[in-house]
Amino acid sequence: MTQRVLVEQPRRGTRIFLVDDHRMFRSGVKAEIGTRVDIVGDAGDVDEAIQGIRLTKPDVVLLDVHMPGGGGRAVIEGVHETHPDTRFLALSVSDAAEDVIAVIRAGARGYVTKTIAPDELVDAIQRIAEGDAVFSPRLAGFVLDAFAGDLPPGVDDADPELDQLTTREKEVMRHIARGYTYKEVAKRLHISIKTVETHVSAVLRKLQLSSRHELTAWAAGRRLL
Amino acid sequence: MSPPDPATSTVPPPPRRRAAEGALGFSRAGEDRVVAGIAAGLAHRIGVDPVLVRIAFILFAFAGGAGVLLYLLGWALSSDEDPGADAHDVPRAPDLQQGVALGLVTLGVLLLLREAGFWLGDGLVWPVVIGGLGSAVIWTRGDAEDRARWSRMASHIPGDPVGSVFGGRISIPRILVGATLIGAGMAGFLAANDALVSFRPVVLAVTVTVAGIALVFGPWLARLVAQLSEERRERIRSEERADVAAHLHDSVLQTLALIQRSSEEPRRMVALARRQERELRAWLYGRGAGPDTRTVRAALDAMTEEVEVDHEVDLDVVLVGDGVLDDDTVAVIGAVREAAVNAAKHAGVDVVSVYLESTPEVVTAFVRDRGRGFDPAAVPADRRGIADSIRGRVERRGGTVELWTEPGGGTEVAVTLPRHPASRSETTP
Repeated sequence: MTQRVLVEQPRRGTRIFLVDDHRMFRSGVKAEIGTRVDIVGDAGDVDEAIQGIRLTKPDVVLLDVHMPGGGGRAVIEGVHETHPDTRFLALSVSDAAEDVIAVIRAGARGYVTKTIAPDELVDAIQRIAEGDAVFSPRLAGFVLDAFAGDLPPGVDDADPELDQLTTREKEVMRHIARGYTYKEVAKRLHISIKTVETHVSAVLRKLQLSSRHELTAWAAGRRLL
Repeated sequence: MSPPDPATSTVPPPPRRRAAEGALGFSRAGEDRVVAGIAAGLAHRIGVDPVLVRIAFILFAFAGGAGVLLYLLGWALSSDEDPGADAHDVPRAPDLQQGVALGLVTLGVLLLLREAGFWLGDGLVWPVVIGGLGSAVIWTRGDAEDRARWSRMASHIPGDPVGSVFGGRISIPRILVGATLIGAGMAGFLAANDALVSFRPVVLAVTVTVAGIALVFGPWLARLVAQLSEERRERIRSEERADVAAHLHDSVLQTLALIQRSSEEPRRMVALARRQERELRAWLYGRGAGPDTRTVRAALDAMTEEVEVDHEVDLDVVLVGDGVLDDDTVAVIGAVREAAVNAAKHAGVDVVSVYLESTPEVVTAFVRDRGRGFDPAAVPADRRGIADSIRGRVERRGGTVELWTEPGGGTEVAVTLPRHPASRSETTP
């Protein structure tokens, strides 16, 4: 045992702050990834989270989408005032596209479901820490739904740059939605991983800044009458 | 002896319309009514404008009140437009127009009776009418909601009519106006009978007594009202709670019990948990209690659940472009199912990714696993059979199936089905 402690380098892992109102889930995540990242704190509600994040200044905040008192969105908004550089990765069991999109638009750089495997979660955290975006297949599906089709007639397309995905971006999103990792997407499309990441970040920016989702009422509109 | 086949033994039901009609063969209009819908119903029956019939009624009414009599007769001999629908329909709230019309009809009847000699004397009838009007003002319930509340309360608090009277949404002005009218009627009666002067001390005594009673019982009544509304809120809450409890019992608790019993089979536990998660989420987020099989999403969810339970594999499903289920999407979902089952059986994986996108032009689907893959050139016969069943479904409808695989590199099946013009029109964009 002592041997192992000696072998383990005192490396400075990615500093993580955990926000989730379910204690069970927090301790579960700690048990799963606690040895591979540096969990500097955790919180169970919005106020506690904002204070804790300001105090500990983590690299990445793992953030539950649904929480009493305004949800993950309120945490992001509260932290952004004083610490605009904090990066957020949204975690949720929720299917509701509008909730997920709301957290992304508030500033989260990625979204994964709570059923994600520990290895993938660590990978996603690293990616977020490096400033990239993390799209789960489900989020990619939401994005494709949101940007599908043409704008409704009569609506002035204020910023076509923001309101449309390029063909390449759509292609990347489709592959992610199909369950491909960034690496596999790169191989499949004969581009570099860096290029895939650039595309995903561009899509994230459009998702955060475009008013497209409001124009198309995509969430309700594409679902059924 | 076996029970008779319902399809053959049932007598054809009598036309609903006919059943709803009264002895005169017409029914009171539900929509286009001024008083009771007699004129409109009659007009509908004989095919003229309701206004004409109404004018006729009014003209007849001046002929010694015959019109009023006829109207009442018509009312007695007809029936409501559609009893089946009426049971659900909210009865129309009496509006001003109807109120005035009813008042005029009543007046007509009274004048008629006066002419005809059925009369108890001006001094009695008019005060009674005024008093009745006051009572009507108080007691006319505003809307169906009130009505429903009334009957609920009446059924819940038998023998306490006072409470049920004051528990409803009666406005203060309405009570004041009604009470004034009733008071005026009483005073009119007394005055007309020359009773007021001689009974002034008695009137005073009665007034004081009534005031005293009001002071004594007023607070009690107020408390009763508060209690009743609190009770109502509590009942609604407990009904909701019972609803949730019933649902959770049927779904979550059952699943938890099943999971406890299958603790030896982790795959089955996961499958049960996933299915329960999906069901609960559908319930919570309002996709309805029963699966709505008309949408692509619902059909895909149902397929996913089936495969997960039967083949002990997780399907990671992403759907883009939900819509009405049509032949094309049914065919693609069928092919996806085959491919997913195929992956579950042969790839040796826990998770299979499924992606389905439906646009007005084309339905595409991808089923991907990271399993052991295979050499397409050396496909065993049974696997070729399954591949054929995937191909068959899609190619029959003019689509294509592509397969990417290599030993150790996983497998992906891609299905592309251009939409048929016929089904394209059914789908929403």
